[in-house]
Amino acid sequence: MTPLLELRAVSRRFGGLAAVNNVSLSVKAGEIIGLIGPNGAGKTTLVNVITGVHPASSGSVLFNGRDVTRCAPWQAARAGIGRTFQIVQPFPELTVVENVAAAALFAGGASSIRNARTQALEHLDFVGLGDFAERSASALTLAMRKRLELAKGLAMRPRLLLLDEVNAGLNSSEINQALELIQAIAARGITILIIEHLMKVVTSLCSRVVVLHHGELIAEGEPQSVMRDPKVIQAYLGKRYAAQTTGAPHG
Amino acid sequence: MSNPAMAALHTAARRDLGLACLLFALMALPPFVADTYILRLGTTMLMYAVLALSWNFIGGMAGYPSFATAAFFGLGAYAGGVAQKFGIGMWLAWGFAGLLALLFAAALGLALLRLRGHYFAIASLVVAEVLREIINSATDLTGGGMGLNLPLRTGQSVEQQADFFYWTMLGLAAVAMAATLAVQHGRLGFGLRCIQQNESAADMLGVNTTATKTSAFALSAVFTGIAGAIYASWVNYIEPPDVFDVLYSVKPIVMVLLGGAGSAFGPIIGAGVFLGLEEIVWRRFLEVHSGVLGLLIVLLVLFLPRGLAGIARRRARGHTP
Repeated sequence: MTPLLELRAVSRRFGGLAAVNNVSLSVKAGEIIGLIGPNGAGKTTLVNVITGVHPASSGSVLFNGRDVTRCAPWQAARAGIGRTFQIVQPFPELTVVENVAAAALFAGGASSIRNARTQALEHLDFVGLGDFAERSASALTLAMRKRLELAKGLAMRPRLLLLDEVNAGLNSSEINQALELIQAIAARGITILIIEHLMKVVTSLCSRVVVLHHGELIAEGEPQSVMRDPKVIQAYLGKRYAAQTTGAPHG
Repeated sequence: MSNPAMAALHTAARRDLGLACLLFALMALPPFVADTYILRLGTTMLMYAVLALSWNFIGGMAGYPSFATAAFFGLGAYAGGVAQKFGIGMWLAWGFAGLLALLFAAALGLALLRLRGHYFAIASLVVAEVLREIINSATDLTGGGMGLNLPLRTGQSVEQQADFFYWTMLGLAAVAMAATLAVQHGRLGFGLRCIQQNESAADMLGVNTTATKTSAFALSAVFTGIAGAIYASWVNYIEPPDVFDVLYSVKPIVMVLLGGAGSAFGPIIGAGVFLGLEEIVWRRFLEVHSGVLGLLIVLLVLFLPRGLAGIARRRARGHTP
């Protein structure tokens, strides 16, 4: 079976800086895969490469067997790659339902604006924002905006959903709600690649984790074993700490 | 209708259409009652309305500050004039002017709309200057700096001519208004609103930003080009500094900002109010009229950032949280 998403030796350079360097990765349909790494490791850049915001400098991106390396973001969106933003980006002067309807209309293949609104309302109910449909998007709290991002992502009817730190800035009860939501999305058969700093989220959601450091993929595997990997510990905590803990790993 | 949100959407479209019909029915009255001075003023007002409605597509809805209106206006005027010089009928010549402006804007848009903000504004400003120079030097075809005479409409009295051009401008304004409503309540307008608020986010949500912006730019050109051609036939004589006047780029922007950018009726309200101000100020302050007008515009834009349509909207939304 061909993987849903396949990265072949993908690099992205900004001038002399290789933000993503020679990354190869394949994601199977139905997986929830975690993408972790210290700040500045190139996680968001990798998402931008996949979605065509910053096309790869070299290497190729295949989605569902099709080469999407040079696709513009709107083409990637229509092909079935949905995403949410780390820094939430609603259209501030549109209502909440209009924000989601835009995604349904332009990427989700809704046949008309009315149809898009109907779909949008369903997605808003699903993420628990049904009562806020007619509010202006700029009036929502951060936690709500994150859920709005999820609703937008869903409205794109993606086969693959890239979640860029949907839990950053949320308190622990909000995170638990978000976790349930992400599991419910996965239960719909949507493959998820999630960028996440919170290990609790990663361990409870992901079957597999890949670790980026300085733009390179340094480890890959089950969450528990990856977190014991000396290279990963070194990337997060430095060489000295890694030397102390190797052999006596922290759970 | 399965829920109130959709009912509201539908009602809004119907309300706008009703308002537009009422407005244009009222504007069809002057030829029956008014003298030629009023009609001349009315024709100018309607021409301004066409230019303002046109600019609204790219400037109001997409949020791209275009200064290319004068370019499309002058191009249309000369396309209509030169076509008639070669014996093509007036109506056909007007259509040709619209088509040429449309194609020109579509090609230009693919290049210029890659720029954003100030860069786009400056680049669009230059277009009229380039066209002006080209037409100035193509003396054989356009008469160059000598200007171009258009065929006089014989067999019509002054009153009949005034009526005729009022009706044609009214017709064009009605078509521009209909296009505005169709765009605004349709997929294109939705895409444009997304682009206006956050272009990269719109791109990411599947809006084909290049095609959407170029469509808006082409729409803004086609009616402006036809207006230019009708204007040329109306005044019978055109010359480059007249039809490529930068004021044709600036005034529609002021009208739209005055009326309410992005709204359907803002441009028409703005055109009416602007012409009224221009006329009153011009009469009272002959020496310093552009200074006084400028001051008024600054005050209006400062205190009414959403234009006159914004007041109505604020009232309507006043009771909701």
